[in-house]
Amino acid sequence: MNRFKLPLSFLLAALMFGQASAQDGKTIRIATEGAFPPWNSVDTSGKPQGFDIDVGTALCQRAKLTCEFATQAWDGIIPALNVGKFDAIMAGMSITEKRKQVIAFSKPYALTSNYFVVRKSLGLAEMASHLKVNLSSQAEEERGILQALKDALKGKIIGVQGSTNAEAFVREYFGDTVEIRTYDKQDNLNLDLVAGRIDAGLADYSVWKAFLGSKDGAMAALYGPRISGGLFGPGIGIGLRKQDKELAERFNGAIEAIEADGSLKALSLKWFGADLVSN
Amino acid sequence: MNLHLIVEVLPLLFEGMLLTAQLTAASVAIGLLLAVPLALLRTSPSSVLSYTIVLYTFVFRGTPLLVQLFLLYYGAGQLEWVRSSAAWSILREPYWCALIAFSLNNGAYTTEILRGGIRAVPSGEIEAAKALGMSYALRIRRIVLPAGFRLALPAYANEVVLMLKASSLASTITLMELTGTARKIVAQTFSPYEVFISAALIYLGFTFLIVHVFGRLERHMAKHQQRAKLKNHSRPRDRAAAKVSASQKVAP
Repeated sequence: MNRFKLPLSFLLAALMFGQASAQDGKTIRIATEGAFPPWNSVDTSGKPQGFDIDVGTALCQRAKLTCEFATQAWDGIIPALNVGKFDAIMAGMSITEKRKQVIAFSKPYALTSNYFVVRKSLGLAEMASHLKVNLSSQAEEERGILQALKDALKGKIIGVQGSTNAEAFVREYFGDTVEIRTYDKQDNLNLDLVAGRIDAGLADYSVWKAFLGSKDGAMAALYGPRISGGLFGPGIGIGLRKQDKELAERFNGAIEAIEADGSLKALSLKWFGADLVSN
Repeated sequence: MNLHLIVEVLPLLFEGMLLTAQLTAASVAIGLLLAVPLALLRTSPSSVLSYTIVLYTFVFRGTPLLVQLFLLYYGAGQLEWVRSSAAWSILREPYWCALIAFSLNNGAYTTEILRGGIRAVPSGEIEAAKALGMSYALRIRRIVLPAGFRLALPAYANEVVLMLKASSLASTITLMELTGTARKIVAQTFSPYEVFISAALIYLGFTFLIVHVFGRLERHMAKHQQRAKLKNHSRPRDRAAAKVSASQKVAP
């Protein structure tokens, strides 16, 4: 038995030290998905990179926090936060009422703008792409646009990433007229769109931009209006545990600061080639 | 932990449960249909055929099922010539991709399990069959396959249970079977414990069923051995019975 005592005590010491440093030195562990470019992805060495990571790093600098990013599958990202595996989520996660029941959010650091992308070979009827639908408003015109979109997509197979607002939206608004396939990763959805297994997909503009710019993406195009509000919520925020009020305050302050000095907009231009952060 | 929720989500998992049962049953059935001839060829003297089958079982047992599924689903979908071929109407559908991958994988394992069973058939039984003038086909049908299958049954039951659990991989190619449905509900309720416990209970139910059915099958197929045991315990009656049967045989 004696042989085991030494390593065990080392282990215990290491565990205790690990915990202590997480509290005192404020090493904030931030979870990201790593498969949602350009929001977040991993480079060839497996290190997280992307808009979320750059914003997170800038925020931590402002808030004088030591942060480290780690990847976590999207499916379990909220439970992982709540059981304490991580202290924050920055994964292009939009703020919704449903998520707010279990976690807290910082103020938004980016806006959402969802679009359908369809295979060009489908030959759907032309639809103006400058239209905008805000699900929170009840305007007659916007409902008309949504109805036209629904008619155009009738009977088609729509791909969405599972457990996202896009899935919730398609189920609620188009669920009775289209077939829905859910994917664990946007990459896989794109593959199936190229292969022709699905006819269209719904996701954020930022996600489509990377895909449409690629060689494979040439066979697909944006279709229909920009959809925001309602189910999609006010924007993208940092997910935090409800009891971590002080951390939320520090992040909110830092978001305001990088918004004010223009560095947030610069990061948006760097990763999205467009301003997705200003109203 | 909310015990109420565990019961509440059970009906929501029903559809996924059906798909899991369907996928498992279909791939086990096709796998067995594949495995019986392959196992016989594998044990046959022809070395060319035997090596081809060794290659098949080696490839399918030597790579993860998830990789096989991805190769078939996402891999084949990348190739232009596959997409323009007639096979695309089948490979386009996630259900068929899953069924093909599961069947081939299950077939590979079952081939090796059956081969083990066939090899273990006592050579005396086969020689006896030969001595009685049975043809090869008759020998296979009456002696080798029944005896081999009985010997392989415990290992085969295990493989069927493994297939049931492996069917959860179908959720990675957009099929909403039991695990996929459970994950979807977790994402909506954010309560992983309760929902996955419900899913686990359903898997346990299925496993119980499979184990039970194979247990009965095993007892049924070993009937002749059980009778032999009974005889040893009740000698006096046994002798009387032997006398009767002996006299009956002589009588006509």
